[in-house]
Amino acid sequence: MMWWLVLRRILIGLLLVWIVSVLVFVATQILPGDAAEIRLGRTATEETLAALRKQMGLDRPAVVQYGMWMSRLLSGDLGMSLAGGSSVASLISARIGNTLFMAGIVTVISVPLSIALGLLAAMHSGGWIERVITSCTLGLIALPDFLIAVLLILVLAVGAGLVPAVAYIGPEDTLLERLHALALPILTLVVVVSAQMIRMVRAGILNVLSSPYIEMAILKGVPRRRIILRHALLNAVGPTLNVIALNLAYLVSGVVVVETIFAYPGIAKLMIDAVQTRDMALVQACAMIFCSTYVLLMLAADIAAIVSNPRIRHPK
Amino acid sequence: MSGASQKGAADAPPISAPGAGRGRRLSLVGRAALVIVGLWVLIAMIGPFLAPYGESEFIEEDPSGQFYADPGFLPPSAQTPLGTDYLGRDVLSRVLYGARTTIGISLAATLMSYLIGITLGILAAVSRGIVDEALSRLNDAILSFPSLMLGLIFVAAIGTSVPLLIILAGIVAASSVFRIARALAYDVVVMDFVEAARARGEGKWWIVRREILPNVAMPLATDFGIRVVYVVIFISSLSFLGLGVQPPTADWGSMVRENLTGLSGGFSGGALACLAPALAIASLTVPINLIVDDLSAKGGKDIGRRMI
Repeated sequence: MMWWLVLRRILIGLLLVWIVSVLVFVATQILPGDAAEIRLGRTATEETLAALRKQMGLDRPAVVQYGMWMSRLLSGDLGMSLAGGSSVASLISARIGNTLFMAGIVTVISVPLSIALGLLAAMHSGGWIERVITSCTLGLIALPDFLIAVLLILVLAVGAGLVPAVAYIGPEDTLLERLHALALPILTLVVVVSAQMIRMVRAGILNVLSSPYIEMAILKGVPRRRIILRHALLNAVGPTLNVIALNLAYLVSGVVVVETIFAYPGIAKLMIDAVQTRDMALVQACAMIFCSTYVLLMLAADIAAIVSNPRIRHPK
Repeated sequence: MSGASQKGAADAPPISAPGAGRGRRLSLVGRAALVIVGLWVLIAMIGPFLAPYGESEFIEEDPSGQFYADPGFLPPSAQTPLGTDYLGRDVLSRVLYGARTTIGISLAATLMSYLIGITLGILAAVSRGIVDEALSRLNDAILSFPSLMLGLIFVAAIGTSVPLLIILAGIVAASSVFRIARALAYDVVVMDFVEAARARGEGKWWIVRREILPNVAMPLATDFGIRVVYVVIFISSLSFLGLGVQPPTADWGSMVRENLTGLSGGFSGGALACLAPALAIASLTVPINLIVDDLSAKGGKDIGRRMI
């Protein structure tokens, strides 16, 4: 029963990735008008335009164009970028490592941090520790990502002069130098992602704590710390995994803002530049990467929820 | 957190569900937040009249009539209380003008998202079957995009302008409103009193107007605040990325971007030009969140879950 549910969810996820690809295609290929005209500019003559249209397959129906685009995409041919005439694949492969590196570090820091603080808040429910944690995180989730970045730059880079305000990394940098250069973007993302995650971890654990078996344990006189660590935590693992996957999905938007503000050479910065210059092949590829990642993380969140919830696993 | 529990740590307070034991309508913090939000809305309406300078008026000479060599990033003074921006425009005036742009666009977009979301949400809940299925799946597709990505793709395809931004933000936010409105209406539709109305022979429109709308209105009203915050952040982020409101129009998000270079100058050299609009955004969104949290705390609903 459970595996059927998981399989079903995976199929829905794949369907969503497909829908995403259709929407990306329609938005970037059909809506902006003539890609041949964009490529050739104003100086193009009717004949060269017609020739290029034929060569690019723009004279075919939209469905056929989509099929061609999809088959090229699946075979790894992402097309040519307008700027400089380099291939989209080479541009992306040069930068995707940087983005993954940053996202990886952020994950490694923010997940344990959020679980610890969420737990702490739940353990001190009603106390001042909880109040501090919940009000700080409530304030932080109401702030745009770039505002947190601006404040951190002002305090840590301009004020204290501890870390650089621009995330420049050279090819020869050691890991430590990279981390130093990336300190601010990483810190910004950790704050952004953790604020939401802490609240959700806390809510998840409090939810478990309100169940009857916990009440039983309280009535039995089990110490509070033991109730949370031994009784509640195990049942909170599933919801917490769900929360983690959801919040890592939020990283997708955070990365876009942070790479822009710190001029970090990742694929999000690449995409923003592509949007500004209307470099559609590049926009398509980046959008597909970000949106698919998002859908897959959402999928992971749902599967975590299914696998960890016995009520879903064994329906009556 | 309105000071619900005043027990010391020693007597180990019982574990309680969040929100237990709160009674007052709005806490002191909530009321203060309400005043701040009210002030911003007022400024959005009359800001341009309060502004000492025009939206894109350059400060060229100091009070004694001497021309500035470089009017960019002037420090705060009696002439320009918050200094000038990178082009030498008064930051205070631009923040005041920006209130109109940012709050105006956000409110318009949120209202639009409610119009679309509630209409389609209730339509889906009432008609069920294939209409519900089609609308819900379409909505799932929109929700399967990170909203900022949706914005980027949209801007790449069509371009950007104030009306386009309102439509874009309206549609993106409408998907969340639709989901909530549909779920709420779905529960109401199966209630006995709706059944009774149907048995009496009331029409669909009457049932929607008299039975469903009043029962979904309150929860949706609380959600309005969350949606406004979401839209303000969405629009400011797009503007910050240079893809939203275009210069020379003053908008808080784009002002932060324009004056980023001022940060390195410290408070006497342009940091305020970047910080002031950023803090303006914070002083709008944080109080709204506090009010919503205050209102929903009574119901024991955690805002963290509702922000998704």
